[in-house]
Amino acid sequence: MKEKTAIFSLFGDKKKRGRLISFALVIAAYIIVEVLLKSGNLSSLFTSLLVPITCYVVASIGLNLNVGISGELNLGQAGFMSVGAFCAVCVSGVLAGSITAGIPRLIIAIVCGAVLAGLFGFVIGIPVLKLQGDYLAIVTLAFGQIIKSIFMNTYIGFDSEGLHFSFVDSNFKLQPGGKMLLNGPMGATGTQKIANFTVGVVLVLIALLIVYNLMFSRSGRAIMAARDNRIAAESVGIPISRTKMLAFVVSASLAGAAGALYGLNYATLVPNKFDFNTSILILVYVVLGGLGNMTGTIISTVVLILLPELLRSLQDYRMLIYAVVLILIMLVTNNDMLRTKWKSLTSRKAKGGASNG
Amino acid sequence: MQFLSYLINGLGLGSVYAIIALGYTMVYGVAKMLNFAHGDVIMVGSYIAFFALTKFGLPFPLAVLTAVLVCTVLGVVIERLAYKPLRQAPSLAVLITAIGVSYFLQNGAQILWSSSSKVFPSVISAGSISLGSASVSYLTLLTIATCIVVMVCLTLFINKTKTGSAMRACSEDKGASMLMGINVNQIISITFAIGSGLAAIASVLLASTYPSVYPTMGSMPGIKAFTAAVFGGIGSIPGAFVGGLILGIIEIFAKAYISTQLSDAIVFGVLIVILLIKPTGLLGKKINVKV
Amino acid sequence: MADHTDNNTKAPVLDVQELGIDFGGLTAVNDLNMQVYDGEIVGLIGPNGAGKTTVFNLLTKVYKPTRGKIFFDGKDTAGKSVVDINKAGIARTFQNIRLFGNLSVLDNVKTGFHNVTPYSPITAVLRLPKYYASEREIDEKARELLKIMELDQFADYTASNLPYGAQRRLEIARALATNPKLLLLDEPAAGMNPQETAELMDMIRFVRDHFKIAILLIEHDMKLVMGICERITVLNYGMMLAQGTPEEIQSNPEVIKAYLGD
Repeated sequence: MKEKTAIFSLFGDKKKRGRLISFALVIAAYIIVEVLLKSGNLSSLFTSLLVPITCYVVASIGLNLNVGISGELNLGQAGFMSVGAFCAVCVSGVLAGSITAGIPRLIIAIVCGAVLAGLFGFVIGIPVLKLQGDYLAIVTLAFGQIIKSIFMNTYIGFDSEGLHFSFVDSNFKLQPGGKMLLNGPMGATGTQKIANFTVGVVLVLIALLIVYNLMFSRSGRAIMAARDNRIAAESVGIPISRTKMLAFVVSASLAGAAGALYGLNYATLVPNKFDFNTSILILVYVVLGGLGNMTGTIISTVVLILLPELLRSLQDYRMLIYAVVLILIMLVTNNDMLRTKWKSLTSRKAKGGASNG
Repeated sequence: MQFLSYLINGLGLGSVYAIIALGYTMVYGVAKMLNFAHGDVIMVGSYIAFFALTKFGLPFPLAVLTAVLVCTVLGVVIERLAYKPLRQAPSLAVLITAIGVSYFLQNGAQILWSSSSKVFPSVISAGSISLGSASVSYLTLLTIATCIVVMVCLTLFINKTKTGSAMRACSEDKGASMLMGINVNQIISITFAIGSGLAAIASVLLASTYPSVYPTMGSMPGIKAFTAAVFGGIGSIPGAFVGGLILGIIEIFAKAYISTQLSDAIVFGVLIVILLIKPTGLLGKKINVKV
Repeated sequence: MADHTDNNTKAPVLDVQELGIDFGGLTAVNDLNMQVYDGEIVGLIGPNGAGKTTVFNLLTKVYKPTRGKIFFDGKDTAGKSVVDINKAGIARTFQNIRLFGNLSVLDNVKTGFHNVTPYSPITAVLRLPKYYASEREIDEKARELLKIMELDQFADYTASNLPYGAQRRLEIARALATNPKLLLLDEPAAGMNPQETAELMDMIRFVRDHFKIAILLIEHDMKLVMGICERITVLNYGMMLAQGTPEEIQSNPEVIKAYLGD
């Protein structure tokens, strides 16, 4: 899908300012949350959402690199999250005996998740990036579904004899003391919860650093050039598929890291968690935050995760309202008539306030 | 012979996919948008047919007609309220709006009719006829027959009527169509009406085959039918028909001969292979970029 | 001015031999022979639909030739890709302007240095010293090119917001950034007023002298073509109609017939 919007006006000093704002925003949010946590002012529901929020922020930043900067619609981001998640669960399960400390094991697991998801991204990218537009999107959707079905049929156990693996049917017997790491459709069970919010925030900062440093470099310019005009990009010697692949793989790795953190935040995790709807959810965060706009992505991810929770008092109606809000935001931001109306409304309000004051 | 009965069952399932895929492909062809809420229109159709049959005790044909009418109106209303204001917007914005509509329909259904699934009454007699050694249920036959009728009618409509040729013109070039005096907005509305009406027909067949009705029932058939449309070449009506049938057959064969759990993976795997060989689907048009 | 008198003793930078391409049953270009020498400005002219842009697309490997050979810098270019050809030293502009619309003017030029000043994505992500050194170099060179094409005041504009004439000049700047030996300009003066066209002519001459490159240009503006080209090739119906100096071409009856009709 070709986008011709003015969201990409990232140049001059604005570039640096935008970068600083997003880092400052994340750090400020972290400090506020930590203070609230320490003073016991955070509800348990909100506390339980902290790690998942950081996970989705990282996955969204990754997807924005793919959809916003590289301009290729990806409907399978959740698939890469699941690769990262189940890889991390296995790594953490295997290392549980040798590395008892949580944080080092968490970091190793996240790195493994990111690398494996990146590898998946590379292998999937070879066929996917041969296609264009909506066809590319549908193939990413297909891969997301395939990854999900593969995990639904994967059985991995670990015992004193090492790793056991089987596909479709669980056909191995574990030694006493061994445990199932992945159990087909039941997914990961009995995972040790070692994820924490601080690591999540650090991961967000690293994701931002990677994406920004890439964006404002030779590779980033090539990625955006290939998005804006394929033929012209080739004419100045930019190899399109390699360039698109870079964005795709980095995006997949970030999703993998996000998934790894997510997987180690819950005792149980089913493969169905990372289905098409999750991919779509992340896409919604990205589009609402603004294509190519990382600060916007962070804000929209946090707000859209919290919104249904904040609407909890409305019970059954909350998801309905969520849907209506989503549609209205799209209409107001993308319809010229509505947009001008909205602008005149808000500016009148601002003017009125000024004259009153 | 088992093979024959699998084949016919595959054709049956494929027929349902084909009818849904026709809706996807027509909307894509004319409005150039991926209408992800299409699957949820199927869900609404199933509920309407369900209530028409159980609560109001309407006869089957009348229940189908009610579902078709309601879905047609629903399709047009959705298009007018959510998609029409976004005619000039980037396609990604329209996609997200369609997702919003999908959420809206699913959650609306959950509030109105609860999330627990309802058992769709079996209206079509459970009997079957034997074709050689394979036995085929009446329902499967009806499904295949319906699909053929729909396909024939649609092809005639597109090729022989004025509205049909206006639709073809819009899918080629909206700007030029407008200059030729075609009311593009009206054509898009008609396309949505037809697509949604077809979704209602598919919904009754689907709900009769897998007799449970619940708010998210449209998602998976929706994705599969979308896949079928891409399979055949999105925007192409014969493509959606062929794509739907092939997808149904692959799914049933994969379930029968390879693995039930992996059937989805196989279906999507075949899709990927086909797109790699023919990047615009089986019957899709080749896109040429002028340098 | 570069020396063009001893062309015949030097090997041509571009040597096209019996080049031809068919689209389906239609022959778009046939039996084309032409040479471009170092430091030369050569014009490629002909009526609409004569196959001029197709020749550019053949030279830059957007299309694969059906017949014939293209030698660049003495090497056969068969089997090369669009990217390879640019790396080898042919850069081009487009008839229907193709800029990176969402990037700044400066960044548009910087993309041209992709293979001239390369560094790896890892260098970029880790912000290694090489990143800063390369980026400084790219920035300096890109700004210099903007100055040459008189675009320096637009450096921070979004490319798609530029006036038309400036967009054409930006395409030239971007092409020059790739450090070519041969520059292909596809109707560089299209849509420009006489004043702008005159300035463009000076720029093209300056570019040739400053970068010591050969330029092959397609143009309908005869004042420009006759004013700056040392040699001209005329195409008609995909075939070469005439070749020679501007004076020879202007007085060639075949050419006049092709342009004015019978």
